[in-house]
Amino acid sequence: MQDPIKTGLANGWKHIDASTLARSQTVEADVVIVGTGAGGGVTADILSDAGLRVVLIEEGPLRSSSDFRMREADAYPELYQESASRKTADKAVNILQGRCVGGSTTVNWTSSFRTPPEVFDFWQRQFGLRQLSVESMSSWFAVMEHKLWVRSWDTPPNQNNQVLVAGAEKLGIPVAGIKRNVKGCWNLGYCGMGCPTNAKQSMLLTTIPAALNRGATLYTRLRAERLRFNGSRVSALDCMALQPDGIHPAGKRVQLRARHFVVAGGAIGSPALLMRSGIPDPYRLLGKRTFLHPVVISSALMPARVDAYAGAPQSIYSDYFLHRAPIDGPLGFKLETPPLHPVLYATTLQGFGEAHARLMREFTHVNALLALLRDGFHPESRGGQVRLGSDGLPVLDYPLGDVIWEGARRALLAMAEIQFAAGARWVTPVHETSPGYSSWAEAKKGIAELPLKPFLCRVVSAHVMGGCGMADTPQRGVVDHRGRHFWLGNLSVHDGSVFPTSLGANPQLSIYGLVARNASLLAAELSGRPPPVIP
Amino acid sequence: MILSRRQFIQTGLAGSLVLSFAGWLNAAGARRLSAAEREMLAALCSALLDGALPKDTEQRRQLVALTVDGIATAVAGLSLASQKELGELFGLLVLAPARLLLAGVGKPWREASVAEVSEFLQDWRSSRLGLLQSAYGALHDLTFGAWYARADTWEAIGYPGPPRGYF
Ligand SMILES: Cc1cc2nc3c(=O)[nH]c(=O)nc-3n(C[C@H](O)[C@H](O)[C@H](O)COP(=O)(O)OP(=O)(O)OC[C@H]3O[C@@H](n4cnc5c(N)ncnc54)[C@H](O)[C@@H]3O)c2cc1C
Ligand code: SF4
Repeated sequence: MQDPIKTGLANGWKHIDASTLARSQTVEADVVIVGTGAGGGVTADILSDAGLRVVLIEEGPLRSSSDFRMREADAYPELYQESASRKTADKAVNILQGRCVGGSTTVNWTSSFRTPPEVFDFWQRQFGLRQLSVESMSSWFAVMEHKLWVRSWDTPPNQNNQVLVAGAEKLGIPVAGIKRNVKGCWNLGYCGMGCPTNAKQSMLLTTIPAALNRGATLYTRLRAERLRFNGSRVSALDCMALQPDGIHPAGKRVQLRARHFVVAGGAIGSPALLMRSGIPDPYRLLGKRTFLHPVVISSALMPARVDAYAGAPQSIYSDYFLHRAPIDGPLGFKLETPPLHPVLYATTLQGFGEAHARLMREFTHVNALLALLRDGFHPESRGGQVRLGSDGLPVLDYPLGDVIWEGARRALLAMAEIQFAAGARWVTPVHETSPGYSSWAEAKKGIAELPLKPFLCRVVSAHVMGGCGMADTPQRGVVDHRGRHFWLGNLSVHDGSVFPTSLGANPQLSIYGLVARNASLLAAELSGRPPPVIP
Repeated sequence: MILSRRQFIQTGLAGSLVLSFAGWLNAAGARRLSAAEREMLAALCSALLDGALPKDTEQRRQLVALTVDGIATAVAGLSLASQKELGELFGLLVLAPARLLLAGVGKPWREASVAEVSEFLQDWRSSRLGLLQSAYGALHDLTFGAWYARADTWEAIGYPGPPRGYF
């Protein structure tokens, strides 16, 4: 298997692993971009294409297909924030986020959805974002879909996804196929450990190589610590080099000076950088309204092998339960299936001892469904708050309130019903006191009575959004619709942290589209070229 | 005043004890596991993984030791803040009074039976104190993570491992 990253490096890409720096340094550029995920990658591509000198700062390592061995033991510590066990402050929600070149896109599951129309409508009504609509955004989505090979996935779904199809169809619940950003996918199912075949068109393989080919500089193992500002302008970014373990400081520092600074450290990461820097925040909005799409899981034993580790991880979804009530009513949820690998499944699964071992012995027969709860629309679903720990690193407080649990219960019921309809012989919510059920009638009764509380009911998230929300005025947003900071003229935020609510859809394409638009506007401004025509 | 263990935990004393010890232990910071901590973790692994571990005592001892190594590696990969918190938890559990009062385990960890340790785990798992529930969660995740990360545990669950031969 050819490794395009190794080839690029051999051809002279400017990559500096800050853990190897012999001394501290100061660097000048036109634009500095913090983070190399969905937002940072697209920004680097578009700005470098406009002839701007770009420097990318990433705290994770540069890893590529020859490192992607499809082993959880290597992938989680190497490629994820906090070894894939980042948690909310109370430890009740486990959060998956990438931390490597390509950010979460290097480890994500390739599901690609445009921002739903009702979400744009809500943003227009509640946050005055009248510039963003299905019409005005459609060409940006189209451009990114083309660039990243977002296509319908015509290979038959794996057995895990097939359970969702079979159960939902029996119950008359519509399902549909998920578009994926892949080119020549081998249908292996290891997207979460980094794609070993270079099929996934993540930032690692697309926008970042494009920027590096144009002479952009990439720093890895370098943590953006603090933006320095003077009046209404950012003057510099102070960064701290990390040791190869990615945890301990290496002692060297890098200071970057630039005309413009783009923050794209993802939700949690971006608001934390702004907070550490003491950026003006008179309305106390920074880090607030951080959303998770809290996920609850239902696990079923099927009569035949499912082998949920094999085959494209997410290929089928249902939005039926997103549309049962108004968007700001009781929480709707999107149904999908997660891939199951031994560590991910065993750590998520409830119980211990023989009870746990017994379920694990049936690993190959397990189907799991997940429900992504659409947080941030109901007036009482206000999300979480990022704050800084004593070491200056972010912590997320995310209270799981009644509105969430009410939705979680409906979701656990819906998933169990679908699994039984698909022929499951046993179903259990991932919940510490659920005994598991052998019929839908039993499950219906049991789940209705389950105590739904933090720690008892497993809640996870792979979609962190918000914390630097956009709006029309500084009273209700940190940035405007272009991602421009309201107080500092040469500061932009280009990532999932700008969403003022969650999305009710997997976020990557929403970020690609919005950032393509905003980076194009910025590129025009900085290079003095005419701005792109926006409908 | 003599509090029963249950009263002790329910009055929230457990929580403040954890916190006050925390301050005291902080000085240690991130560090290697001590022999006492390894013994404690081995006792926990033996209970958490009961059903996955072989019955043969020598084999069991070796696999538990490998799992404790795995836990140590996993902890070293966490943020320094999490390492500190876990260091506090481990440091606390090896203190005899805490073991007795918080975990309700009367014997040294090395001598505690699977049933005794399981009872303690179940107590924390269903505790009304979020702190103890989250501590149970951390022990659960670390142990099962370390166990199923190893390829030699996969046969028992029918997982063939990643595809081979193409790369
Ligand atoms: C396991 C998993 C599966 C997913 N599956 C899907 C899916 O199928 N479909 C979908 O649409 N979405 C999916 N997502 C979510 C999607 O990938 C993310 O929403 C998206 O990548 C977020 O983009 P971003 O630019 O906001 O942040 P990220 O892509 O997370 O990138 C942020 C980057 O910034 C770096 N960073 C943060 N702070 C600093 C700092 N101070 N200094 C230097 N660097 C910093 C981080 O290390 C990281 O690399 C998944 C995510 C995960 C983790
Ligand atoms: S399923 Fe496709 S995209 Fe995912 S890791 Fe396998 S080959 Fe790569």
